[in-house]
Amino acid sequence: MPVSVNSSKAIYDALKACGIRLVSALPETWLVHLIRMAEDDPEMILVRLAKEEEGVGISAGAHFAGVSSAMLMQNHGFLASINGIVSFALLYRIPLLMLISYRGSFGEKDPWQTQGGKVTEPLLRALGIPYFCLQTTESVPIRIKQAQELSASSLQPVALLLTRDLMWEE
Amino acid sequence: MLRLDCLRAVHPQLEKCVVVTIMGAIAAELQSVGHRPNFFYLQHAMGLASSTGLGIALSLPAQTIVVFDGDGSVLMNLGTFSTMARYRPRNLIHIVFDNESLLSVGGFPTATSTGTDLAEIAKAAGIPRTAVVSDCAGFVEAVNDALVAKDLTTIVAKVEAIGPAKFVTDLTLLENRFEFSRYLRTLRR
Repeated sequence: MPVSVNSSKAIYDALKACGIRLVSALPETWLVHLIRMAEDDPEMILVRLAKEEEGVGISAGAHFAGVSSAMLMQNHGFLASINGIVSFALLYRIPLLMLISYRGSFGEKDPWQTQGGKVTEPLLRALGIPYFCLQTTESVPIRIKQAQELSASSLQPVALLLTRDLMWEE
Repeated sequence: MLRLDCLRAVHPQLEKCVVVTIMGAIAAELQSVGHRPNFFYLQHAMGLASSTGLGIALSLPAQTIVVFDGDGSVLMNLGTFSTMARYRPRNLIHIVFDNESLLSVGGFPTATSTGTDLAEIAKAAGIPRTAVVSDCAGFVEAVNDALVAKDLTTIVAKVEAIGPAKFVTDLTLLENRFEFSRYLRTLRR
């Protein structure tokens, strides 16, 4: 499976470096290595979800308790979480660090991903959620650190879009 | 059985617990019985109170977390049963007040009014301890048993579809959120 191990490792190491101790996730092809890394790490609490919106509540609970967390999801999982993001994270000023695999954009071969790809960035903008498209492995550590810092200082969700260029090698 | 009587009856036990409630009647009634800094009322995001409780339970394993859920809310997030069961935090007590109604928005009947059994759903999802209670003494006993058992428990409390006259209280959402968070951070080991 040509999912980039190097980029996955860079992302995971960056999450660890900024103190992330809990990760919620729902499996998706581009996230397989990241989820495996969280699973193999005894210092990390990995919560495998039934639906991504649960992750908003779990991250909020962890934040209340002083534990930094991150959410791993596909952009369709972001779409499935929108009520939770609006009526919990935005309403109650909850910092969410959302790592979203950006399916359905340039180079997408799976027809079923294509509509979600079109609406991901417009929806992030409509919600006022700051985001950055991660395209190179080299940019991962600094951008994840910056995203976590902005999320923590603003007490609001911040998103990193994991692009095909970053996650897929073929 | 009235939900308000249930809340009054277990209010003393809640002093040493971390409490998360859903919106609407439960939030207003618990506040009317007596607000404490360890109570958080999730005044929207229906379905996520139990997920919030799970996040707290995993983050603060030495604390007992009590979630007051409702049939309408939990029906919006049935997957929460399988996620809670999967991680089985032994410090989480999930109480569902089942009035078979979306009371706060006009009393429309939910699927529990036509036979959906939330305790059986919880059990089938893998929640190790479940109970159904329909009188106040039974409710108090089930809560006390769960506190002693120290294992993940779902209690379905069948209550009447009667609520408070109004749902908005003097406690603002953000005031509650920051007070609660500040309190929880004093509990870190």
